[in-house]
Amino acid sequence: MEGERPYLSASGAPLSLRRRQHSASCRELAVRCPRLQLRSLSAATSAVWLAAYGLFALCQNSMVLSAAIFLTLAGLIIYLHFVKIDQESLLVIGSLGIQVTSSYASGKESTTFIEMSRVKDVVINEAVHMQKVIYYLCILLQDPQDPEGVSEVVPLFQSSKPRLDCLIEVYKSCQEILDQRKTAPQSS
Amino acid sequence: MVLKVFFPSCCSSAESGILVGRWISEQSSAVILAVVHFPFIPVQVKQYLSQVQQVTKVNVSVLGSWNNSKQEKDESLSEFLEDLGTIFSHDPWIQISKEGDSKFWNCSTLQKQPNNHREEEIILVYYDQRKVMLSHLHPPLDTAASTDSKAEDASKLSAIFDTVAKSKVLFMTDKYDDGPIKMTHWQSDGVEASIIVELMKQASVPACMLLTFLLSLISGACNSRVLKFWPLSFLWSKLSTCEQLGHRLQHLQVISSNKRAQNQPQLMRKANIFVSLLIDVALGILLMSWLYRKNRIGHLADTLIPVADHIAEELQDLLQWLMGAPAGLKMNRALDQVLGRFFLYHIHLWISYIHLMSPFIEMILWYVGLSACLGLTVALCILSDIIALLTFHIYCFYVYGARLYCLKIYGLSSLWRLFRGKKWNVLRQRVDSCSYDLDQLFIGTLLFTILLFLLPTTALYYLVFTLLRLLVVIVQGLIHLLVDLIDSLPLYSIILRFCRSYRLAAGVKFRVLEQQDGKPLRLLMQINPLSYGSVVQTYRLPTYSCYPKDSWTSLCKKLFLGELIYPWKHKGEKQD
Repeated sequence: MEGERPYLSASGAPLSLRRRQHSASCRELAVRCPRLQLRSLSAATSAVWLAAYGLFALCQNSMVLSAAIFLTLAGLIIYLHFVKIDQESLLVIGSLGIQVTSSYASGKESTTFIEMSRVKDVVINEAVHMQKVIYYLCILLQDPQDPEGVSEVVPLFQSSKPRLDCLIEVYKSCQEILDQRKTAPQSS
Repeated sequence: MVLKVFFPSCCSSAESGILVGRWISEQSSAVILAVVHFPFIPVQVKQYLSQVQQVTKVNVSVLGSWNNSKQEKDESLSEFLEDLGTIFSHDPWIQISKEGDSKFWNCSTLQKQPNNHREEEIILVYYDQRKVMLSHLHPPLDTAASTDSKAEDASKLSAIFDTVAKSKVLFMTDKYDDGPIKMTHWQSDGVEASIIVELMKQASVPACMLLTFLLSLISGACNSRVLKFWPLSFLWSKLSTCEQLGHRLQHLQVISSNKRAQNQPQLMRKANIFVSLLIDVALGILLMSWLYRKNRIGHLADTLIPVADHIAEELQDLLQWLMGAPAGLKMNRALDQVLGRFFLYHIHLWISYIHLMSPFIEMILWYVGLSACLGLTVALCILSDIIALLTFHIYCFYVYGARLYCLKIYGLSSLWRLFRGKKWNVLRQRVDSCSYDLDQLFIGTLLFTILLFLLPTTALYYLVFTLLRLLVVIVQGLIHLLVDLIDSLPLYSIILRFCRSYRLAAGVKFRVLEQQDGKPLRLLMQINPLSYGSVVQTYRLPTYSCYPKDSWTSLCKKLFLGELIYPWKHKGEKQD
């Protein structure tokens, strides 16, 4: 049950799913995305600098070179801090709630906690994405006015996009904990 | 149901005692607020707690026992603590015990009802008491929108935050007090206070009274009958400086009011207005000191007349160009000359007036520049008004051109209907057929032809002056956008989010701590701060914002028909 297993993402990149059970009603599921490749980084940097040297050869202004260096650095920092997601994890604590965390490559973590009373269900949905049909896991939030209605859909694992086999594992783990709240007697 | 115990991290090293807090039965969670140490008299503890309950309206009671044994497990103490459960009857009676420096605590409950056969799972959640007390939870937007607040819909977390926030009275006694009850909580090492804050609180009362008195004088002067006569009232409504000053006066009234802020949004609003005013005035004084140094005002006044002359010269060149063959188009000579000469004479008049005023410009500018100390927004509004006054002739030309063009278009459309044998029925508001006499038809067709062939000339003049007017409007609009930004930005909230991010909470986040088998699940609850975008959205100050009145299609339609456009609408302006 616990441990790390390799899977594939929707675009074919290798992922790994790590499951940990902290207690009978608390589980953590983390999907690790493929890391930043050195070759794509060097390719992007070389392209920018070649363009900058070309411009410099045309206009003989050294500001172009410093601007290119500055742009590369700023672009890399922005990419690592705001765009590149390293790991997406789901912490399900029965009777408290579900916590969704995304960790970026620069170490920044962005967390959302959804209380159990707002969670209606966790389901696997299909979506048409460009020319593909992909599966994604999502949390359905309860509508406070309408007990049968759904007010919001929160998609999970959006940047890693694991395939159906990985999603089924996560779905089963979540449902085991969500079932507990249905069988637990509601306190008067 | 799973039992959740919220334990303050400051009490982790407290001596043995009993746990005091609130039990939320519908969520099966216990919020521990403090630990009461031995020796104590149970009657006194119950009295104290009922007093606290009266003041804070929070259902505080004794929830269980806390056993912190430094050496090996003390059997007699644990039995004594169990017996306490019978004195302070609370169901369930929570027993937490810690051995030495171990991180993993034992947590068990004593249930009175025997119906619960299963062993209940217990989750231990640590929280930082001071941060949770000071923090304000912002509900997500969809729950904030629903107005009915049923008890079961209320967020669990807000109940916990509420409990800690309202129990401030409980945290006022520290270990140096000589009361009968010795407690441990986040402030038990001594109540902290800041001298500066206390001094400012004392000074704020007379300052507010003085400010209210001054403001009442000023508003009385502003509302006097003298200023309400027609030319002056029209002038005040058109000048954006007066509107901005009125807006700031309102803000000052909000700050200097004697009523305390009732709830958090009101307090944040007052603080935001105060900081915004302060920064505004500081920037204004900075601008003023920069302007008055090295006699820059004098230089500005000296360049103002040449700039006005230059604009007039450019306009004259433009008109000469229009009177010739502009862009290769062939104009109707006579109409061209008439319109061109009319506008040229207008410019000549305008320049004469400007030159008449030139000796006084420097002095006026000097005194007007002094009003920059009222704030950067006022200075920007004055700049916008000066631009409006300097380009008044462009506005006049636009109005003349637009009216001429509008007349022409209406004439053309009406004569076109005559050409086809139809008429506009004013009574029925529709187009009806009509039989015209021959002479009516003849004159109508003649006029139609004349108007049609004179259309390009008028249209060109209209186009040129409309573009100039739109340019001025765009410049004024940008200045007003900047003023709006300074007015509405909640600076205090942004600084608070930056420095004390736990005060503005969007929610919480849990971290799973080290676990051991057989021991309860340990979680750390931290505060998840609000994002900067939500901070600005929640705490934006309302302004008399200027925003586009018309959509793009209606704007184009008005331009095509020659109706006068006033693209920026101010909130509170009467619709024409």
